[in-house]
Amino acid sequence: MNSPTSMGTRPPHLLDFQDWTPERLGAILDNADTMLQVLDRPVKKVPALQGLTVCNAFFENSTRTRTSFELAARRMSADVLTFAAGASSVSKGESLRDTLEVLTSYKVDAYIVRHHAAGAAHLVARYSGKPVINAGDGRRAHPTQALLDAYTIRQEYGSLEGKKIAILGDVRHSRVARSNAELLPKLGAQVVLCGPATLLPPGLAQMPGVTLTTNPKEAVRGAHAVMALRLQRERMSGGFLGSLQEYADTYQVNDTLLGEAESGAIVLHPGPMNRDLEISSDAADGPQSRILKQVENGQAIRMSVLYHLLVGRN
Amino acid sequence: MITITNIKRVGSEKTESVTIEGGLIKGWNLPEEGQVIDGQGGTVAPALIELHAHLREPGQTEKEDLSSGLAAAAAGGYGTVVSMPNTSPVVDDPAIVRTLIEKAAGLGFARLRPAAALTKGQKGEELAELTYLKEAGAAMFTDDGRTNENARTLRLGLETAGSLGMVISVHAEDASLRADGVMNEGPVSEALGLPGNPAAAEAARVARDIEIVAGLHAQGVPARLHIQHLSTARALDLVRAAKAQGLPVTCEVCPHHLTLTDEALRSFDAIYKVAPPLRTQADADHLLEGLRDGSVDCLATDHAPHTRAEKERDLLDAPSGIAYIELAFPLMYTRFGETLGLERILDLMTAAPARVMGWEPPTLDAGAKADLVVLDLTTERPVNPAGFKSKAKFTPWAGESLKGWPLLTVVDGKVAYQR
Repeated sequence: MNSPTSMGTRPPHLLDFQDWTPERLGAILDNADTMLQVLDRPVKKVPALQGLTVCNAFFENSTRTRTSFELAARRMSADVLTFAAGASSVSKGESLRDTLEVLTSYKVDAYIVRHHAAGAAHLVARYSGKPVINAGDGRRAHPTQALLDAYTIRQEYGSLEGKKIAILGDVRHSRVARSNAELLPKLGAQVVLCGPATLLPPGLAQMPGVTLTTNPKEAVRGAHAVMALRLQRERMSGGFLGSLQEYADTYQVNDTLLGEAESGAIVLHPGPMNRDLEISSDAADGPQSRILKQVENGQAIRMSVLYHLLVGRN
Repeated sequence: MITITNIKRVGSEKTESVTIEGGLIKGWNLPEEGQVIDGQGGTVAPALIELHAHLREPGQTEKEDLSSGLAAAAAGGYGTVVSMPNTSPVVDDPAIVRTLIEKAAGLGFARLRPAAALTKGQKGEELAELTYLKEAGAAMFTDDGRTNENARTLRLGLETAGSLGMVISVHAEDASLRADGVMNEGPVSEALGLPGNPAAAEAARVARDIEIVAGLHAQGVPARLHIQHLSTARALDLVRAAKAQGLPVTCEVCPHHLTLTDEALRSFDAIYKVAPPLRTQADADHLLEGLRDGSVDCLATDHAPHTRAEKERDLLDAPSGIAYIELAFPLMYTRFGETLGLERILDLMTAAPARVMGWEPPTLDAGAKADLVVLDLTTERPVNPAGFKSKAKFTPWAGESLKGWPLLTVVDGKVAYQR
C-alpha cells in the first residue's frame, strides 16, 4: 500500500467523497486491478480480512448491492453478519441507535449500511464508532457505485482526466447521480446531469465540475460515457412526468442519442434496468454497453474499499 | 412580602431595591421588609412573555409536561407562556383549557395562558367552539402543528375570533409546496440529498392569509392575524407591505432562525430539524433587520421538546422542533446585544408580545403586577443541557458560552425561579 502521508490522513469511513483526496481514490481504483485478478483465479479468496466481522446492515431492501458486498467481504475472508431490517427488531420499532448498539455488542468490526434516509450512514458511524461503508443512503450517496463507474470508465480510457460523462434520468432522486457528480470531477472528469426539469434540481449546478441541462443531445454531445439512471415508475404518481412514454421519447438512452456521443462512447447503467424506458435494449445489449462489466467491477471495487478501510488499521 | 435588593433598572447604574406585596409591586427603595433576596447587582426587567411554546400536556408528557415546561420557562426568565394546543387530545374543549390553567396555577412556575385549537381536532375543517374556549381562558386560537389548508375555514375563524377580540396565529406553510421537505430547499439540501422545503411554501401561505385579512379589513370586519415563526426574507417583505397598508397583521421570529442556517444540517443531526426549517444566512440577516426596523413584532421560541430517542432518528423520520426556552434570552443577548441593544431585545420579549396579544404592556411601576426577572448580564456560562428543567436535555447550543442568565424570576409576586 502507498504510505498514508502522501495521500493525507486515511478517512475512517466511506460515507461520501468529502474527505477523500484524488490520490486515495486513485489507490482504491489501483487496488481493484489486483482484486479483479483474484476474482479470475480458481480459488477466489485472499486472507486479508481473516478474523474480522463485517456487518451488512441493510435497512432498505437491495439484493444486488448486498450480494456484491457480501461476496466481496467473504472473498477477503471476513465473517459476514447480514442484518436485514425487514425481518428484524427494526420492524418492531427498535431505534437505529439501539439496533447499532446491539450489533456492536456482537463485536462487529465494520458496517456496510443501506438506508432509505440520507445521512443514516453518518448516524451509524456516530453511534457505532466503527468504520462504515455507505451502500446507499436515501438520495444522498452511493459511493461504491460511483467508484465502480469511475473504474469502468478508467478501464476503457486509462484515465478520467478530461473525459465528459453524461448522466441522464431522474437526477433528483438519485444517489448514484449525486455520488458520481461528487467523485468524477475529483478524478478530472466533467459531469453533465440531464433530465426533465422537474427531476433536475438546480442546486446541483453548484457542485464543482458539474453542469446541468434539460437537453439530452446537448448532454451527450462529445461524451465519453453515457449513463442512464433508473426511472422509478412511482415518479409518475408524484406528478413529475406527463407520461412514461413522453419521458422515453425524450430522454431514453438509445442508438439515436448515442450518435451524438464521442465515437465508441461506453454505455453505463447502475441497474436494475427498465428496458425500453430509460434505456433501449439495443443500447443495453450493444457493443458499447459496459453494464455487466460494471457488475463485475463492483465486486472488485468493494473488495478494494474493504481492504483500504480495514487492513492495517489497528 | 419580598424585598429584592441590589438590582439595577435598565439604563441605570443606580443600585436599588423593589418591594413586592400581594402579588403587586409595592414600591422602589422602601425599607427592607419580609423575605429579602439579594439581586447580586443584576438588571431587573419585566418577566419575559412567550407566545409560542409546546408544553405537550395532555398526552405527550414523555416529551414535556406543564411542570417541566413551566419550570424551564421560569428558569429562562419567562413569567407568562402561551402553550400550543397540538396535544393529545387537542385543546379544542373548554374543559381542557380550564384543567390546564388550574393545574399550572398550582405549580408556582411561569403563568400558563393556553392557546386553543381554531378547528375541532385541529383538522382544519370545522371551527371549534371559540366563544366557550375564550370563556374558559384560552389566550388565542391556532392550529399550529398543522397548517390551515382550508382558506375558507381560516376566514370564518378570523371573523369569529375578531368578533371576540381574539388573535388567530398561523403556522404559515403551504403543505403541498412543502411536500416531503425536511430542510430548506437549496444547494445545501441538494448536496445532502434531503427533500427540500422551499421558501415559497411560507411566502405563498403568508400572501394568502394577508389577502384574507385585507378582504375582511376592507369590509370593516375586525380580524387579527399573527404569523408564527416567520423564517424567510420574502415572507417578511409581505408582512412589511401589509403593515404599510395598515392591515392588522403581526409576526414573530424565533432566535433559532436568527442564529442557525441550513448549513447546520450537514451534520445530519436531527436536532436541527425544525418547521419551518433553518434557512439561509441571507434570510437570517433579513429577519434581524426586521427586528431592528420594527417589521417583526416580537420574538418567540417555538419551544418544541421531543425525546432524545426521537431526535436521534434519521432526518426523514425524526420529528421537528428545537427546545430552548431556558436559554432564549442569553442567546439573544449574547449574539445580538450589540446590534439590537438590551432595551430592544427586552421589548421584543416583554412588551412586544403583550402588544401582539392586546394585553396591558408589563411595567415595573408601583402598583403593577409583580412579574419580573433579574438578569446577570456579565457572567458568561456554558450552556449545560444536563441542568435543564425541560425534559429535552439537549440543544444545538450545548457548551456555548452565553451571558444574560436569569438569577431570579418572580411571577405574581412569588419566586418562580432562583439560581
